[in-house]
Amino acid sequence: MSLSNTDRQLAALLRVGALLAAVIVLLILWFLFKESWALLRQVTWTRFFTDASWHPVAGLYRITPMLSATLYATLGAVLLAAPLGIASALFNQYYAPPLLAAVYRRLIGLLAGIPSVVYGFWGLTTLAPLIGRLHPPGVSLLTGILILTLMILPTVALTVDAALAAVPVASIRSAAALGLSRWGFISGVALPTARSGLASGTLLAAGRAIGETMAVLMVAGNVAGQPHSLFDPVRTLTANIALEMAYATGDHRAALFVSGLVLMGMVLVLVGVAEWFGKERSYV
Amino acid sequence: MSKNALATGLICLVAVLVTSVFFWLLTDLVIHGLPRLSGPFFVEASQNAGRSGGIGPIIVSTALILLVAIVTSAPLGLATAVLLSEFTRPGSLFGRLVRRSLDVLAGVPSIVFGLFGNAFFCIYLGLGFSILSGGLTLACMVLPLLIRTAEQGLQVAPNDYRLAAAALGMSRSAALTHLLLPAAMPALVAALLLAIGRAGAETAALVFTSGYVDRMPDSLLDSGRALSVHIYDLSMNVAGGDANASAAALVLIGLLLIINTIAMSLAKQWRIATP
Amino acid sequence: MSLMINTKKDNPGAAYTLGPLQAGPPCCVPEPLIQVDNLSLHYGAKPALAKVSLDIYKGCITALIGPSGCGKTSFLSVLNRLTDMIPDCRVLGHVYFDNKDLRHPTLDVQALRRDIGMIFQKPVPFPLSIRRNIELPLREHGMNKAADLNARVQQVLQDVGLWEEVKDRLEAPAQALSGGQQQRLCIARALALRPKVLLMDEPCSALDPIASGVVEDLIQRLRGQYTVVIVTHNLAQARRIANYAGFFWVKERAGCLIEFGQAKQIFEAPVHELTAAYVQGKRG
Repeated sequence: MSLSNTDRQLAALLRVGALLAAVIVLLILWFLFKESWALLRQVTWTRFFTDASWHPVAGLYRITPMLSATLYATLGAVLLAAPLGIASALFNQYYAPPLLAAVYRRLIGLLAGIPSVVYGFWGLTTLAPLIGRLHPPGVSLLTGILILTLMILPTVALTVDAALAAVPVASIRSAAALGLSRWGFISGVALPTARSGLASGTLLAAGRAIGETMAVLMVAGNVAGQPHSLFDPVRTLTANIALEMAYATGDHRAALFVSGLVLMGMVLVLVGVAEWFGKERSYV
Repeated sequence: MSKNALATGLICLVAVLVTSVFFWLLTDLVIHGLPRLSGPFFVEASQNAGRSGGIGPIIVSTALILLVAIVTSAPLGLATAVLLSEFTRPGSLFGRLVRRSLDVLAGVPSIVFGLFGNAFFCIYLGLGFSILSGGLTLACMVLPLLIRTAEQGLQVAPNDYRLAAAALGMSRSAALTHLLLPAAMPALVAALLLAIGRAGAETAALVFTSGYVDRMPDSLLDSGRALSVHIYDLSMNVAGGDANASAAALVLIGLLLIINTIAMSLAKQWRIATP
Repeated sequence: MSLMINTKKDNPGAAYTLGPLQAGPPCCVPEPLIQVDNLSLHYGAKPALAKVSLDIYKGCITALIGPSGCGKTSFLSVLNRLTDMIPDCRVLGHVYFDNKDLRHPTLDVQALRRDIGMIFQKPVPFPLSIRRNIELPLREHGMNKAADLNARVQQVLQDVGLWEEVKDRLEAPAQALSGGQQQRLCIARALALRPKVLLMDEPCSALDPIASGVVEDLIQRLRGQYTVVIVTHNLAQARRIANYAGFFWVKERAGCLIEFGQAKQIFEAPVHELTAAYVQGKRG
């Protein structure tokens, strides 16, 4: 590229800025490792799975209860949010008249814009008591799943909506010409065509669910034990960090940073897979 | 009933369900929070651990945290966006590395930002639990969003301007300052607003960085409680704080709604995809 | 008069040497200002131009004709190094401007582009006032005094016949001008830098017939004072204005120069059968 002197100076300046921005990720990883190291060098990583319980002050670091709570909550939320989100996108694309679709899309956008702490607050004050009537105490894995579902539904809906919008109009017309019903077209043409969008939307939503802290912290009950039913109070990895960081010191604090590393690893894998799916999508 | 009719019924049912849950949530907040909303609520200090009184100092702290976040992330974000869109060949190694690391940054869970902010800003840099620490943590968090939106805005600025300016022997810097940045201004503003919106909704990253203190902050090195943290604290740790929490939630949603609506309309006018 | 034109059909890259000019007006001298030698250009692996050699004569109007996609625009972009801005664009061969290597890596590209201006197919007025459009590049190149700027603005607007039309609204946005006026403003903006050469890429094709006529008259008046290289699809226009003409055609998927010579000869007595077919409207 041919650059003049001013351009070269500006480019150098910008490169410094970009470098700083790019280095933040490394800085985050570095500090996670640095803070975890005090513990990681004393205990083998298997102890996070084989210790008797999570009792960091007593030197017991079993994170599997939290890990399973995170996985159950994420799985449940994705199982609910994926069909609901896909149905919402289908409603926008193929069922609602344009005006209604615009309104509904806006509403989904608003849902996406509500901060997680507000979802948590609502779940705690409205949803948890309702579920508590069904099966006390109310703050439970189920409540967490429901609130997470609400939170990640917009992610699924908006991604799938965009993927469906890229389905060529011509294929809609030719399907109609073949006498396919609306559902016949959707199940036979639209969804298969948009499948990579479906996959990446769902994975992105799963990533969001894993990383979500406040909402689950507020509604899931925060008992650090292995959950046995949907109505058990649970504590996710994120909630665990948020709850204990305030008073954790020494190895306890290091253990929390280890769980931060675990979280980061899970989310990165998901984002990577989602991107891999997303790449297949043809850009329109 | 045919499959087609069943599908139509179910899909419309989902739309009704989602819509009603949304309005359920909203009416709950309005019913409990609206009676508390008044002029004094916005300016008074909170009393009795937040059960009564207003959110004056909390609004000030929130504004300061957002200000720190934007003042630090905007130049960095703009520089990166300009570099990626104007000074980097597509596919160059440096550009790819920067993009890749920003993608990763975008995926980092907010609680991990909280851990990082606590370890780096509060302890390592010695800023303590402060508005500065919180703002800087949020700055790191919104950077990918800011850069992606700004970059898209610059890319939508007509390529004709770049070519015509180059054909007139103008430097890239001149084309940038006189033509491209002004042309992309709405998109850049949208990027800033989206970033503010994202930062304003954040709680987890702030709890261990800017802290809980609900007094009026004297300086950026004071701890300050953000609106979202206030809602969290009132509903989790303060019995009888629900009404004020509802009111604060209404204020927060209202603010975010205004910010996001302006950002979206700017972005739409500029044909940018928003996340 | 003897035209020694090399037209070996199987070797379109061979040099064209022209005899004394008779057809052109006296101000047009057969003295080469730009010499192109064996120029090839690739976009990635895709060839766009293959082995083009020709001379651009000082003060003359040289028209480049041929079907779309035969590399005429790419050829123009080499001459002011706009190809530098296209990623993946590789240029081979030699170009000399005023006997200096135009493709030399240390050449001051911005100075070159001041000497060799370019007009695009679609007028590109900047989103600024009429006056600022002309002043911006001038200020960039160090002209700062208001009196100088005013004088130059008035002069070039007069040169392109726009002065009477816009002198009362110089502060109005340039984008409010009509298409033809915009194109003349763009020409004025290029002329303001006192270039030696003007490259024009189908400057009339986006204009209505009347505006097109006005711009064509303007190009005619540039003859002698400026060296003009114009790409046009309008054969009648090329015939009316050109002193020299080059005919491009796609061979083996790359643009080649088939024939180059005095416009009169190209249009009235083409040597190559492809040229004959094209100028008579049988092909292309």
